[in-house]
Order: sequence, then C-alpha cells, then structure tokens
Amino acid sequence: MGNYITFPDLLTWLPILASIFCFTLGNEKNAKSIVVLFSILIFGVSIASLFFVNDTKYLNYNNVNYMWLKYLGANYFIGIDGLGRMLTLLTATAFPLILIGTSTTTYVKPARFYGLMMLTQAGLMGVFMALDALTFYFYWELALIPVYFLSSIWGGEKRIQATFKFFVYTFAGSLLMLIGIIYVYLHAGSRMFDDGTIVAHSFSMNAFYQVQLSVTEQNWLFALFFVAFAIKMPIFPFHTWQPNAYDQAPTPVTMVMSGIMVKMGLFAVLRWLIPLFPEATLHHKNLIIILSIIGVVYASCVAMMQDNIKKLVAYSSIAHIGLMCAAIFAMNEVSIQGVMIQMFNHGINIIGMWLVVDIIERKTGIKKISELSGIANTAPVLTILMLVIALANIALPLTNAFAGEFLMFSGLYNYNKWFAAVAGIGIIISAVYTLNMIQKVFYGSVNGVTAEIKDIQWNEKLVLFVIVGIIFFIGVYPQPLIDLTKEFVTQFFVRIK
Amino acid sequence: MNAIILSAIWGVIMMFCGVFIKSKTTPKYIAIAGLISILSSSVFEYLNHKSFFKIQINDMLRFDNFNLAFIALILLCTLIYFLLNGAEIEKVGEHVGEYYALIFFILSGIAIAATFNTLLMLFIGIEIISIPLYILTGSDKRNLKSNEAALKYFLMGAFSTGIMLMGITFIYGGTPNATFYIDKIMLGTGQMPILISVGLLFIMVALSFKVSAAPFHFWTPDVYDGAPTVFTSFMSTIVKVAGFFAFIRLFEHAFGSMQDQWQKLITYITITTLLIGNITAVFQQSVKRMLAYSSIAQAGFMLLAVFALNDKAKEGMLLYTAAYSLATIGIFGVLTKMEDYTIDGFNGLAKAQPTMALTATIFLLSLTGVPLTAGFQSKFFMLMAAVENGHQFWIVIVAVLFAAISAYYYFRIIQAMYFKDANENTIITTTINKPFLYMLMLIALMIVIIGIYPEIIIGWMYR
Repeated sequence: MGNYITFPDLLTWLPILASIFCFTLGNEKNAKSIVVLFSILIFGVSIASLFFVNDTKYLNYNNVNYMWLKYLGANYFIGIDGLGRMLTLLTATAFPLILIGTSTTTYVKPARFYGLMMLTQAGLMGVFMALDALTFYFYWELALIPVYFLSSIWGGEKRIQATFKFFVYTFAGSLLMLIGIIYVYLHAGSRMFDDGTIVAHSFSMNAFYQVQLSVTEQNWLFALFFVAFAIKMPIFPFHTWQPNAYDQAPTPVTMVMSGIMVKMGLFAVLRWLIPLFPEATLHHKNLIIILSIIGVVYASCVAMMQDNIKKLVAYSSIAHIGLMCAAIFAMNEVSIQGVMIQMFNHGINIIGMWLVVDIIERKTGIKKISELSGIANTAPVLTILMLVIALANIALPLTNAFAGEFLMFSGLYNYNKWFAAVAGIGIIISAVYTLNMIQKVFYGSVNGVTAEIKDIQWNEKLVLFVIVGIIFFIGVYPQPLIDLTKEFVTQFFVRIK
Repeated sequence: MNAIILSAIWGVIMMFCGVFIKSKTTPKYIAIAGLISILSSSVFEYLNHKSFFKIQINDMLRFDNFNLAFIALILLCTLIYFLLNGAEIEKVGEHVGEYYALIFFILSGIAIAATFNTLLMLFIGIEIISIPLYILTGSDKRNLKSNEAALKYFLMGAFSTGIMLMGITFIYGGTPNATFYIDKIMLGTGQMPILISVGLLFIMVALSFKVSAAPFHFWTPDVYDGAPTVFTSFMSTIVKVAGFFAFIRLFEHAFGSMQDQWQKLITYITITTLLIGNITAVFQQSVKRMLAYSSIAQAGFMLLAVFALNDKAKEGMLLYTAAYSLATIGIFGVLTKMEDYTIDGFNGLAKAQPTMALTATIFLLSLTGVPLTAGFQSKFFMLMAAVENGHQFWIVIVAVLFAAISAYYYFRIIQAMYFKDANENTIITTTINKPFLYMLMLIALMIVIIGIYPEIIIGWMYR
C-alpha cells in the first residue's frame, strides 16, 4: 500500500493544503477564490470516489495505512467505507455550497477565516474516514479547534461566552470518550505491523470490534462514549450549548456546525458505539429513544415560541437530530437506512435554511420574526426557493427529507408504535412553526425595513437553486443514496449479531 | 554521574565568574557553554553507560536508561530555559553569575534525586535542590514580596525536610536488616510493619510538599507569585518534575510491592490536588498566580503516575517532563515580557505581537491537553497508566473532568489575546528581539512534534 494516491489522502490533504495556502500566501484578496476552487476540487474527488466502491479491487484506493505510533499499536489508518462515503460526500458537497453562498459577505482577515474553514473540513473528513480509534480521536478534536476560533473571532456580540460553552461541553465529552477508548484499547488484542513487530494492544477499528467485554463493563463504557456523542449531536439534555452557539457563530460556521458537525455524533454512534457495545446498546436503547423523543417534542415546542429566526432554525435542527438518534436506536434495517439518507438530506436542507436566514439578516439587519413582513413582495425568487426548502424541512412528499423520514418513522413504528406516535407530534409541530415563520416573514404587507430590500444575487441564487435541485431530485428518486448505503446497513447488522 | 559532578563543578566556576567578570552579559554565555557540555556528556553517558569519572559510590546511585534519559531531558529543558530567559535573568539583580551557579547546583541535586538508590542520597538530592531555590526565590532583594516568599518557603521547606528525615529514620529502624538501600527494604506483600507505615506516611507528606500536592500546597501560590518570574518558571517546571521523578523512583523501588496499601492515600491526594488546583485557578486574576495554581493542577495529573506505577506511568512521566516543562517555560517567557500580569494585560496581544500570541496559544493548548500537542500525549499516557493499573477506575473520570475545567482558565488568556481589543495596559515596553521569538517558535514546534510523534521521547526508555 502507499503506491497510489488514494481518495482518503486527497480528501484530507487537499483541505489542509488549501488552508496552508491561505495562511502562508497571506493574500487577503485571493483567499476566497482559492478555497472555493479547492472545495470544488474536493467535491470532484468525492464524486469520483463514488465510482470506486468498496471492492477488494479498489482496496488500495480507498484505504491509507501509515505506521504512526508503533509502540502503542496505533496506525494512521483512514479509509472510505459505506458509512464514511455518505458523510464525506455530504462534507464535500456542503463546503462549496457554503463558501459560494456566503461569498458576498466580507470578513476581516479573510485569509485566516477561510484557512480555518478548510482546516475544519479536513478535520471532518478525517473523522468520517478514521478506521483507527486514536486517529479518530485526533480528528474529532481537530474539527473542534478551528471552529472554536472561527466562532470566537468572527461571531456575534456574545460570541465568546457562547462559543466557550460549546467548547467546554464538547471537550469534556471527548475526554470521557478518551477514557473509554483507552479502556477498550487495553482489552484489545495484539497487532502485527507490516514489518513484523507485534505490540500487545491495538487501536485499530477491527481489533476494537473483536473485544469481548462483560455487560457491566459495556454499560460503563457505553455511558462514557455516549456522553461525548450526545453532546455533539446534541440530544436532550445535553443540548443547552447549541442554540446560543448557532446564534452567535458567523453563518458559514453555523452551517458547518449544524449541517455537518452534528452528524459527527450520529456517525460515531453508528461507527463506534453500537458495534463496540451491542449488549449495552440493547440495555440502554429505550432510555435513549425516550430522551431523543423528549428532545424532539421539547425542541419543536421551543421553536414554536421563538421570535429569533436563527434560534428557530437551531431548535428545529435539534428536533430533527433527535428523531435521527431515536431511529438509530430503534435498530432495524429500515430505520438505519432512513437515518443514513436523512443525514445527507438534513445537511443539505439546513444549509439552505441558514443561507436564507443569513440573507434576510444581512439585508435587513433583523433577526426577529415579529419585525419582518412581506419579503415576498420585494424578493420573490428568494421566497419561492425558501418555500421549497421549508417544505423539505417539514418532510413533505416529493422532497428529499420525505424519503428519509418515512423510512425512519416506519422503522420506529416497527419498534414501538407509541414512540413513533409521540415523535410524530414533533413533525406536526415542525410544520406549524416552519409555515408560521414563512407566513410572517415572507407574506403579508411590507413594512419599513422589508420594502427596501433587493432580491438575491447570482451566487445565492446559484446555491439555492442547487439545493432545491437536490431536494427535488432525491425527493423523486432517492435510490442512488439508498444504493450507496445499503451495503453498509447490511454489514452493520451482521456485525452486531 | 557526569551530570552530577560536572554540574557541581560548573556551579563553582559560575561563582568565580561572578567575582572576576564584571560584564553582566558574559555569565550567560559561559553558563550556556557549560550546560551544552554537561548535556553532551550526559548524552554520552546515556549512550555508552560509561561515566568520565570513576568514583566508589557503593551502589548508592544507580544509572539506567530511564533516569539517564530523564537527566538528559532535564538538561535539555534547562538549556532551552537559558536560551529563552538569558536576558531576563540579567535583569533580576547584580549577581548574575551567582544565579547561574545556583541553577547548576540545583541541576546537580536533580541528577542525584533522579538516580538515588539509598534514602540518604534521596535526602541529599532533595536538599541540594531545595536550598538554592530558597535563595533564588529571595533574589529580588529589594522586593518585599520576594523576601516574604523566600522566608515562607524556607520555613515550610525546612519543616518538610525535618518530616522527611524523620520518615527515613523510621524506615531505617523498621526494616528487618536496618538498611538505607531502597531495593533492600524488602517488605513482601503482607501487612506493613507499623514503623514502616509511619515512615512511609512521613516521606509521602514531605515529597507531596516538595511537588506541591494538596493539602501540602499552601506555600506554592505565594512563593511562585513572589519569586522573580524567571525563577518561578524554573522552579515550577524543571524542579517540580524532578521532585516527581524522585517520588516515583522511591515508591516504585522501595514500596512497589505494597502498592495496594498506600494507593488509596495517593488517590485522595491526587483528587484533592486536582480539585484545589483547578478550582482555585479559575478565580485568579493574575496570570502568574493562575499559573501557580495550574502547576498544582498539573501536579495532580503527574500524581497519576505515582498512583499507577507501571511502564506507561514512567513513559508518561518522561512525556510530562518534556511537555509540561516546555509549555510552562514558554508561557512564563511570554509573561516576563508583559507589563501587566493580569489577564486583561493580555488583551489584544494577537494584534500587537502575532508571533508571541500564536506561540502562547500553542503552549496553552498544550497545557490544556488538546490533541496534536505534547500536553495531550502526556495526559493520554497518564490516563492510560491509571486505567491499566486497574484499581479505582473512577479516578481517571475525575481527572478528565478537571482537565475540562482547566480549559476554562487557560482559554481565558487565549480569549484575551485574540478576541478582545487592546487597552493601554497591553503595551509592551520591553522590546522583543528576534532571537526570543525564534526560541518561542522552536519550543512551539517541539511541542507539536512531540504531540504528533511522542515516540521520540518515549523511545529513550527503550534502546
């Protein structure tokens, strides 16, 4: 191995390269174009990787394995499998959309801003591809640090407190996970390296999967890992950092956080938590589903009462993530399949929502729903596009979210009717607050502020059209996404049985 | 052996420098030259296990890969400390040569404390470390705070020395064959004799005092705050890890077989240290005082090595030596250039001094234990050691929760530097010269390299 330029290499090193360009060239003007170019390039690489599916024939293109800490039995091991492919695709798709969509906003010190953005992308890619627990942990943190600086430097008024709360929550969570990783590592079997050295324990994912732990141990470790992931998602009651952090971060960063970073939690549950501790999962799953569903209903109710449009979107995101988490722990093929495609769809839709919210805030300077009215009269294109995205947010048929939510609900229903029924209330409420927001903000008569605004620019139009295109395409024909992940879902159930 | 004798000799040479050389800058170069030669001779000793000196020591000192590597690492950190802080040491007072002389004597003591094989040598080593420190603490003669700190340190240090000596006596009396040799104490695994357990308790108290573990930490904030900042930097890093090294060595070789009997005590000391260090650091306004409490907090993490006493713990100790010393020396180096020692004094530093702010950020991230820095690796190994030990699993959970709290106070400085605007206090009157910045960058680079590839440090243990 190592004779090829592999996809995992490209997907992690290209963003790092872009950020190095941004930091070292110090060219404030070109930074934006550099990162847009690179992000499109990365998107291309990600699309190309779809054609080299996880076949033994292409093994060398999909896996990178370098000797790293030989003494500990940790390799730098990243690779793309079914689960990772979906999320790297999301990351690669989301970044160009985010960067182009917000490219009219100018930030002070753009070179640093975009450099840190690309570093975040590298971290996210690494998380989704890591096949070695220590590599995973490193990337997990690497994704956090740039976001901390991005939000704290370029964010809103209360950015420092909000971002710091976010940082401490996730940092504490990941340290607990680290203890869990260490514990499992010390029970993992030995590892042999290519050059023949054998070390006592191993950090590799496969070795982790084979660890036999007693039920008591599993329960402990499950708690340690789950706290880290629950904070990241976030599910109730670990969500309190989220609305403020989303509200205060600059919009591109909010998009990254809500579109992609929350998926880190869901991803990690599928990749590490459930396969490592299957018995503990069975033991705890009802509790977690109940927590998630409380989160769905609670967040939906709070969203209904919000006057701040950004917080509305933030709480709506908590509700959607809660539903996905519940569906994961329903643990049947249909629900997991639903989660897999919904992870992608939610990412795309929420980016669209944030973009529209950002456009409104940028044009009017107002975040309060009660002070906005009648934007449809002055910005019809924006309104139509937003309407489609909003309908996707409430998972209307023919939109992409419908396919995912339908599968998730039928999975949840198979598991327990009552859970599905209560979670369904959340969906109904989501229709209430989304449509209510649309009605108040876009329709009605114009007021002093909204009379002045102009319709959207070409870049925003382009991005929103692409998002709407994806929404319809997947809404009508979700099969490609299902094909992409079907293999993973089957393997997943083979593994935990 | 090389390090012990050459450091002592060089200490004497530095004293004479103080007498004969009137220039204030020359002693620095002599000291650096001396330290480089001591460093290379101890690396030579590490590589060949041969000393330049043939002295009959009756097996009172033992040299192995682990402690020779440790000594070399300590000398390396001291070299970096000299290179970074040379100019600041000159500012403390008139007798520059003597400050260096005292530091060399301390190094000699550290080398003894790291290689002792009898309780007497441990005592001598710890004393050789302590006495010059009392003087260094009070070296800012016209400053009342410095005097107060020195007196406080001396009185309490003398008291703890007495306790330690008492403990040694008890152990001497309690062992079946009346010996000072730590590997001949031979206690087996049964119930400890009462004399031994009293002696062990006394020694544990005295060593906890030296490494500023709670509840024996009360001298630390005042002394670290009162001493000239350059010397605080030295004593809170190099001296402290040396104390830990002696602690680990003694408990491994003398009392390792009875670990289950004293481990609970260490657990409580660890938890108390973490609690007091971290919680109190949160409320500090002065960065110097905050770093004093943070050093108590870090001591709590290093105590995990004493708690665990396995191979991982030793590796972790080596990593901690490098990671903690480098980062703390670096952040103190930045602090010496500041006009205002409060956290607000750092406001807007990123705009005024981007390189200084960036490197300081790396040091603080390392102290917090963020991956890709050496601080993460050292904490990681400590946690691994404690988990591998298998007893009292909850201690690691408490430890990481406190590590998360530590993010709060370290990040306050980062927030001040990057996210707040400068005020009139931020103005740095001292000019920052290029070599100083290069040294900071070098330290930051070393931290990142160790963070990515810790085997360059750990590998020294296995050769």
